[in-house]
Amino acid sequence: MSQATMAHGSAAPTAAVQRDTHQQHPIKLYLVVWGWLFVLSTASYLVDYFHLEGYLRWSLILLFMILKAGLIVAVFMHMAWERLTLIYAILAPPILVLVFVGIMAFESEYTLFTRIFTGAGS
Amino acid sequence: MAEHIETAQPGLAHAAPPMPRLAGWRGFFSDWASDQRAFKNVSWMKAMMWIFLLSDTFIFSCFLLSYMTVRISTTVPWPNPSEVFSLHIGGQNVPLILIAIMTFILISSSGTMAMAVNYGYRRDRTKTALLMIATALFGATFVGMQAFEWTKLIMEGVRPWGNPWGAAQFGSSFFMITGFHGTHVTFGVIFLFIIARKVLRGDFDHERRGFFTSRRGNYEIVEVMGLYWHFVDLVWVFIFAFFYLW
Repeated sequence: MSQATMAHGSAAPTAAVQRDTHQQHPIKLYLVVWGWLFVLSTASYLVDYFHLEGYLRWSLILLFMILKAGLIVAVFMHMAWERLTLIYAILAPPILVLVFVGIMAFESEYTLFTRIFTGAGS
Repeated sequence: MAEHIETAQPGLAHAAPPMPRLAGWRGFFSDWASDQRAFKNVSWMKAMMWIFLLSDTFIFSCFLLSYMTVRISTTVPWPNPSEVFSLHIGGQNVPLILIAIMTFILISSSGTMAMAVNYGYRRDRTKTALLMIATALFGATFVGMQAFEWTKLIMEGVRPWGNPWGAAQFGSSFFMITGFHGTHVTFGVIFLFIIARKVLRGDFDHERRGFFTSRRGNYEIVEVMGLYWHFVDLVWVFIFAFFYLW
């Protein structure tokens, strides 16, 4: 992280107006990321277009989703150049949502089980 | 104790020579251990936007979680989104095409927004404003296409309490999730126009005071606006994966 910050600092063209909160990167970087987001979106659309099913479908959807989200947060939202303190303050709490996902998946499986065995509800 | 109070006078904290900032994990712990501010090189407006976005993440997480819960627990088959969101083009049913186009439009708006932030820090007024207006127009197009999608589905009989193809929970999840996201896009478009106007007028070059806060703005507001806009794009990535593709 410190290496990335230093590289970013030395590459900054306008040192006079440069404060350390400012994010200044070459336009080309954004265009490359933009291109990759297009490629990844096309790829995830093709997953549906070619009717891939089962675990292959789900793993590809998740893979493309995580790559896209990572590119947006890291480059477009400049998270890659922030200090660890901000990165962990913002990115660590949503990981706890995964615990919530586990709880609710367990709960809804149970609901489904009771619905099948009592024949009630939908 | 008395010394402590004397040094705690307002203004003195700013005059003190800056402490060297540690990098990596040592920096992580020393930043949080300090008693003044944890986010050393981040302005209050950027920190507050990030914290707002974190809370918004939880809101959208709850929507997607409820969607997951109702989809797993229903005994009725879930409508196939690939067919529900297909369009008739040239006598053929193209699956999910409208959603794919909306995805590309939103990604493009993120691209123009990222470049607007860049030109903002170069104090290029015209390019910043034009790129922000382009972003807003992409956003407005997205909302327009979403309105079209809603109209089409409502005409086909989708309601929050039922639909012709399967589980009733499909409609309520769809309207709740896409409706909340569309509202976020709409507010983003409004604020993009407001800030683009300020940029174009030169508010951040002449340090003109804002009509509401009476504070002098600077070009960082473009980056903070950008954070919100990229977040809206980010949420769509998750909605696209979990609601439309799953």
